[in-house]
Amino acid sequence: MSKHYGIYGGQYVPETLIPTLAEIDSAYRQAIQDPAFWAEYDALMKDYVGRESPLYHARRLSEALGGAQIYLKREDLNHTGAHKVNNVIGQVLLAKRMGKTRLIAETGAGMHGVATATVAALFGLPCEVYMGALDVERQAPNVDRMRALGATVVAVESGSRTLKDAMNEAIRDWAASAEHTFYVIGTVAGPAPYPEMVAEFQSVIGKEARRQCLAKLGRLPDEVLACVGGGSNAMGIFAGFLQDTTVRLTGVEAGGRGLASGEHAASINGGTVGVLHGCKTKLLQTPEGQVIEAYSASAGLDYPGVGPEHCFLADLGRVRYAVCDDEPAIQAFDALCRYEGIIPALESSHALAEALRIAPTLPREAVLLVNLSGRGDKDMGNVSGWKARHPDYRFRPLSK
Amino acid sequence: MNRLQQAFAAANAQGRPARVLFMPCGFPTKAASLEAMETLVAGGADVLELGVPFSDPIADGAVIQAASQQALKDGVNLTDILALAAELRARHPALGLVLFSYFNPLLAYGPERLCADAAKAGIDGLLVVDVPYEEQEEFKPLVTAAGLSWIPLISPATTPERAAKIIEGCDGFVYVITVRGITGERKALPPELADRLAALHRVTALPLAAGFGISDAATAAEIGRHAQGIVVGSAAVRALAEGGTVGLADFMKRLKG
Repeated sequence: MSKHYGIYGGQYVPETLIPTLAEIDSAYRQAIQDPAFWAEYDALMKDYVGRESPLYHARRLSEALGGAQIYLKREDLNHTGAHKVNNVIGQVLLAKRMGKTRLIAETGAGMHGVATATVAALFGLPCEVYMGALDVERQAPNVDRMRALGATVVAVESGSRTLKDAMNEAIRDWAASAEHTFYVIGTVAGPAPYPEMVAEFQSVIGKEARRQCLAKLGRLPDEVLACVGGGSNAMGIFAGFLQDTTVRLTGVEAGGRGLASGEHAASINGGTVGVLHGCKTKLLQTPEGQVIEAYSASAGLDYPGVGPEHCFLADLGRVRYAVCDDEPAIQAFDALCRYEGIIPALESSHALAEALRIAPTLPREAVLLVNLSGRGDKDMGNVSGWKARHPDYRFRPLSK
Repeated sequence: MNRLQQAFAAANAQGRPARVLFMPCGFPTKAASLEAMETLVAGGADVLELGVPFSDPIADGAVIQAASQQALKDGVNLTDILALAAELRARHPALGLVLFSYFNPLLAYGPERLCADAAKAGIDGLLVVDVPYEEQEEFKPLVTAAGLSWIPLISPATTPERAAKIIEGCDGFVYVITVRGITGERKALPPELADRLAALHRVTALPLAAGFGISDAATAAEIGRHAQGIVVGSAAVRALAEGGTVGLADFMKRLKG
């Protein structure tokens, strides 16, 4: 089993949780060898999630940029509106196999919480979602959605009252309840085997996208781009292309108010090696090893750590990790709305922004594949709020 | 016999379990931290667990989280904590001193430098709550090479076979967690605890200290029949938070029974 990715990853958890991780690891390895497990997963992906998600050629956008052709992997069209559900269904099927009778999850912006509450309802399992008290205030519509789906939302008042504290609280619950409770982690972080497991359940994105590219274009894309907070949508789409050495892979971290400002969520570009939430990874932290809060206009990217495999891929040079600040992400958000009639999640807008930046520098035959990891309905308030705080902002129409 | 083992032996010779007291350093403030530790020693602590406050203490309940956060707000860091340890060592030559930490602050300080400085400060052992057996290779050898004891953690979920592996090569004491979950006071301890402690005694000759949930003399005495020591954390931290050093001194009096 791959517990470590180079120096990253591992199982940095209290002894109490080690037998739990061993139990999950063994159940997971049996499940992925079992065709019946995948048959159930695939059936739910098709009939419940609505897969496969389209590979869409953004013609008008590409035309306006005058360079590379931009293709979008439409994870925003999944049930619940984002890629998160792919992973949750995999983990909940596993929880069922293990005989667990209760689900817990952490959530930041609320998308993973909504996905977990959704799948919990589907399987009739009680579900508690830990959410930082600050996020509960900021993301009220998602709190309502989780409650409507029958989940209990626990507002976490400790620490910085955001995603990292929600994860701390979920781990505390789990340490006491693991005999009957399954912890559904939302990203490719946490202790082994979670990073590997979440990447596996999200790899459906990349496998589909690769097949769709070959069928539709008769070739592989030149570059695949995805936003990286914890990094699950990125690992998911990269999984289809890691072996294709001619395909450039680009992760885009949230630069917030700019790397130099210190207010960002770019753990790989602006962080240092540390241990948080069960794995060794790159962290935003003080020189004394205290974790600091991440910032991004996009709530789903503001996690102070990142999946350990991303750190490893960065060290190997296999994936380039770019940074996109708030402003260009909002520009990209507006551009996709106006040129394609698609409202993207602010998270995905970061990946799109990097594509918009490089497309004009590339020939018309070049193909950029962007993972449109979620839809942006949830962000309407965030975007209008951001614009109200930045009265000088103007959308710059694209031109050749 | 090293100093930690001696501290247990001396307490046991008096017909009582050794009292291991946990307190976050820098709490209630950096300036008042030494006085808090002194109150524990005056109140009968045989071993102090000097808690290194961390921003994300996943193994701790609300009381210790809040105290750690307050200490961090006051700016406490490992340099301060090592100075505090050195002061305690100078004043109390026989007192057992364990540095109790999450891994990240130690990693940031530099593991090798930390071990050297901890040994210089007179610290006897290190307990790193989120470095389990699976990850100990990168740190335990540095700790033991510096002449410090690696204090292993055993949980209710640990099998005796695994406990034997975990304890191998350790020479201080064994921290036995009484219940699944996080730190904090509890009304009752699980009935199977005595059996677990007996099973561990068959695996190791090291002193066993049981902790998590202990807050009064009766529980302490009950556990003392099966273990060489008791660990008390949250209850002492709460006593200090609510009643200052007077409240903490009272608490220690009650703990002694």
